Amino acid sequence: MAVLDIRDLTVTYRTAAGEARAVDGVSFSLEAGQYLGIVGESGCGKSTIAKAIMGILPENAHAGGAILYEDRNLLVLDREALNKVRWRHIAMVPQSAMHALDPVYRVGDQIAEAIQAHRPMDGVALRQRLDALFELVGISKARLADHPHQLSGGMRQRAMIAMALALDPDVIVADEPTTGLDVIVQDQILLRIKEIQEKLGKAMLLITHDIAVVSENCDQVVVMYAGRVMERGSHTVLENPFHPYTVGLINAFPDLDGEARELISIPGSPPSLLNPPKGCRFHARCPFALPLCTEQEPELLQVAPGHFAACHRAGDMMEIRRRGADPAAWQAKGLVA
Amino acid sequence: MSDNTLRVSRKWQMTRLFHTIMRYPSGSVAFAFLLVFFAMALIGPWVAPYGPFETIYDKDEMPIRLAAPSAQHWLGTTNHGVDVFSQLLWGARIALVVGVLSALGSVLLGTLIGLLAGYFSGIVDEIIMRFTDIAYGIPFLPFALVVISIVQPSIGLIIILVIAFLWRTTARVIRSQVLTLRERPFVLAARAAGLSELAILFRHVAPNVLPLSFLYVAIGVQAGVMSEAALSFLGFGDPNVMSWGLMLNDAFRAGAMRSAWWWVLPPGICLSILVISTFMVTRAYEELVNPRLRKR
Repeated sequence: MAVLDIRDLTVTYRTAAGEARAVDGVSFSLEAGQYLGIVGESGCGKSTIAKAIMGILPENAHAGGAILYEDRNLLVLDREALNKVRWRHIAMVPQSAMHALDPVYRVGDQIAEAIQAHRPMDGVALRQRLDALFELVGISKARLADHPHQLSGGMRQRAMIAMALALDPDVIVADEPTTGLDVIVQDQILLRIKEIQEKLGKAMLLITHDIAVVSENCDQVVVMYAGRVMERGSHTVLENPFHPYTVGLINAFPDLDGEARELISIPGSPPSLLNPPKGCRFHARCPFALPLCTEQEPELLQVAPGHFAACHRAGDMMEIRRRGADPAAWQAKGLVA
Repeated sequence: MSDNTLRVSRKWQMTRLFHTIMRYPSGSVAFAFLLVFFAMALIGPWVAPYGPFETIYDKDEMPIRLAAPSAQHWLGTTNHGVDVFSQLLWGARIALVVGVLSALGSVLLGTLIGLLAGYFSGIVDEIIMRFTDIAYGIPFLPFALVVISIVQPSIGLIIILVIAFLWRTTARVIRSQVLTLRERPFVLAARAAGLSELAILFRHVAPNVLPLSFLYVAIGVQAGVMSEAALSFLGFGDPNVMSWGLMLNDAFRAGAMRSAWWWVLPPGICLSILVISTFMVTRAYEELVNPRLRKR
């Protein structure tokens, strides 16, 4: 059963330059115990989805569609009702979690605050809970009395994970949880998240730009581009991509098996969300675009069991995957564009 | 949680503040002066040989008018035969009380206004800040003189007037600080964790602007002391409370500004040293709050 069901979510930001549609008709669902990764370039709307789920969109944002948790649409709940759901049932490891701790309070007190706000408990129980949380994320419980500046970046990150786990939520939304950490610490933290996720059977929503991270950790993948879902499905999305953008993303990262090959970047940059192009959003950068792609937006269609892609050429994928492995194909498009 | 850690870190903060102040020769001298003034304010009325309005008579029952400094009257006497040294001691208490109370009051008010304006932004911010702009347009002395000439002058009124004019700067500075704080990840995290807006404002935003508020308390003390002295010198002070400004006013009205130096110089010098010392200590504290000023 889906714990979190996102249906046709649309988020628009009112800006001085006009309305920017950061998320445009996104649907997917997260099953209990699933680890789902949303991957895409900067500005494709990944973080906006996380903010919409947590109800912390900025004031100039407007969200449409539905985010269903236990058949309640979080988008229409008032603040009081929303507070009963968030953190208790859906918690978050925020972006730049290293700075998500208030510098003036001790780490333990901040986690205690989150607990007390939802499920008040007496001092002894609270103390035990805090110790257990820190043990779970692998920090000595003595550090609970430290201020954030006394912890390393990785520890602060893990403290935030402890805070997210504090109320034993069903869903944890992690928005680029390892930004600003070096690769080794990043790896440790993601490993820790994965361990906890498996041990406690939480549903995880991981938002990242790093396709390698998704590949290593997630069992469900959503690939986003310019506010829309390009492709989604199980882990097979990364093994047998059915969208040229996914092919491009995989090309742009070092091979997961450590096989040496040339990295291919996708020339150009994502389109303006103020004025999205007609047809497929990716057509301007896609070396395999047909005239049809500039005219008509492809629908998200099932290409294999549980695997959906939005591409007019999904049928030609064998050829596209083969040609997409050749840097020349992408560079040629870059010259034209 | 062990409270020891907290105590140690607070003690460490205070030690650091003390060392920063002491690192400057000006800072340590100023700190010593401030201690002297505090001692004067604290115990002055008990050690003062005479009352602040007490006329002293000689054996012939005549007031000792305008006597130069002597062993009996260290700083001489006024034209009414009042001991200047005693007045100086009594006046220290008023200077510090007015300075500290008006500074605390104005910063409390200014911080509150700045917090609300900066955090809630939009229409609330617009209304509060336009009101602040208007408040900025009113000049202090003329306004204060008019109010005092209508209402009975008193120390309380002067403190209220100073507060009414000092909160503006604090409010602006705190607001701009809050504008950046409200976008910090920990504020978002607190909101996502389900804290109410007021709880976020007072538990997570306010403590982060406190160092800046304290800086404005220190600055406000100088302004408060100077304003009280200025008003008293102009004859708009509380006539029943001896202050340094009132001493100068008395000397001026008696036409003794040039002749009785022992009457004029002590309050003038005390005022200058108090204000300068406060400034020097503030400077050192500011360096702690604003690392950009720190010497490497």
